[in-house]
Amino acid sequence: MKRLTAIAAVCLLASAGAHAADPNLGRNLAATCANCHGTNGKAVPGGGMDSLAGESKAKLLQKLADFKSGDKPASIMHQITKGYTDEQLSLIADYYAAQK
Amino acid sequence: MMLMKRRDFLKAAAAAGAMASLYGCAGGNKAGGHVVVVGGGFGGATVAKYLRMWSEGSVQVTLIERNPAFVSCPISNLVIAGTKSMEDITVSYDNLKSKWGVRVLQDDVLAVDTAKRSVKLAKGGEMSYDRIVLSPGIDFMFDQIPGLNNAAAQEKIMHAWKAGPQTVTLRKQLEAMKDGGTFAIAIPKAPYRCPPGPYERACVVADYFKKNKPKSKVVILDANEDVQSKKGLFVKAWNDLYKDTIEYRPNSEVKDIEVASNTAILEFDKFKADVLNVIPPHRAGNIAAQSGIKLINNRWVDVDWLTMESTSTPGVHVIGDAIFPAPTMPKSGHMANQHGKLTAAAIINLLAGQAPNPTPVVMNTCYSFVDAKNAIHVASIHQYDAATKLVQPVKGAGGVSAARNELEGKAAMGWAKNIWADMLA
Repeated sequence: MKRLTAIAAVCLLASAGAHAADPNLGRNLAATCANCHGTNGKAVPGGGMDSLAGESKAKLLQKLADFKSGDKPASIMHQITKGYTDEQLSLIADYYAAQK
Repeated sequence: MMLMKRRDFLKAAAAAGAMASLYGCAGGNKAGGHVVVVGGGFGGATVAKYLRMWSEGSVQVTLIERNPAFVSCPISNLVIAGTKSMEDITVSYDNLKSKWGVRVLQDDVLAVDTAKRSVKLAKGGEMSYDRIVLSPGIDFMFDQIPGLNNAAAQEKIMHAWKAGPQTVTLRKQLEAMKDGGTFAIAIPKAPYRCPPGPYERACVVADYFKKNKPKSKVVILDANEDVQSKKGLFVKAWNDLYKDTIEYRPNSEVKDIEVASNTAILEFDKFKADVLNVIPPHRAGNIAAQSGIKLINNRWVDVDWLTMESTSTPGVHVIGDAIFPAPTMPKSGHMANQHGKLTAAAIINLLAGQAPNPTPVVMNTCYSFVDAKNAIHVASIHQYDAATKLVQPVKGAGGVSAARNELEGKAAMGWAKNIWADMLA
């Protein structure tokens, strides 16, 4: 019953916090990019948008960081990346890296 | 876990599940049930697909849409300008059916009984739901422009603010107009669908005139006191490209029209055009008011931003242009798609007895063409704020283009292809 106590304790802890994270938070955040980058990061071929599915997390995070800092020139991504926290960008990168 | 016998584990898991639901913690319950989606536009098609995809088929979805195929408002101004066709902006619902298992009914909803949780269909019969998503877009308040408040007038004076037959008719009217004629577009007071859309239309029609009917003019009759979106970029385009073609008139609300003479009647003035394009004020699609859910200003639906559920009526979620927007949030197809995803995630959680995501994020990107090839954009990101219970724009993020360019024109078409696929492929 130790296990049950532990699970219940985790749940209680999670629900006590104002920001108990949704288990699908990464999926939900990544979906905000899909309008341009395709459902689950699979962009329409020939549409001129980057596919993100299956890219390595390190590469995705570096790109996002470079957009955010302004190191990588962009027409729009420098403005969009600033709207997400680094933690959110990390969850987004995790999600897309895991897509096949 | 290794030390636990399977039977004990199952018992423990069940007990933990009970604890979890008691405390609103995510348990392992799977979402099930039937969701009816009313309206297959940017919001409705997205929520239908994402409900099926994210529930892995365990939530049944019926999409009720009156049109046989999706026709996109974004890019429809290029059809009006003659550089794109209706075929270019029309997408089938077939993939929603065959690939995602959405039941798509070409029908109209006559009424929603929110107490019984059922809808009445125009073609007959009723359908029950566990949750319903209304994505009804807008309906026009023709009574605000008395001369336009009859069928004959509406066959002659286009709004073309819902892509479809009116888009085609407005294009034909422009083609038939003599060189030296005037096209007038009347913009209602904000909030209205697609804030930059009317200015984009003025630009691409002016581009068509310059190339084909160079003596012709475009007059913008704006009910607002100033340009509502991308002001600097539009004004620059008008000055650089259309100095002799486009005339912008702020504070020019159309109060009435004389249909026979194509005349817009303003408060202190009249304006006669060869082609008159009047976008009447609008409100949430009629089914919203008919359902008895709470509206703000008798026009827009008040929603809870964690779930997009009506603040007055449990089980009814409303998305897209029909809602009373959060601060600085535009009525756009892109935003409707984002509402659709937020709602799909929330409904799946709720149907599984779990709390909705406490930290939703939505974002907007909107491209406008200023001629056949060059475009400009505006973008914004909106994060949920627990203190105000609204999604709030992130300060310092988002913004507009540095300058119009062809690269953004290509991006605009890339955006369109990808968002259509995100909804419907």
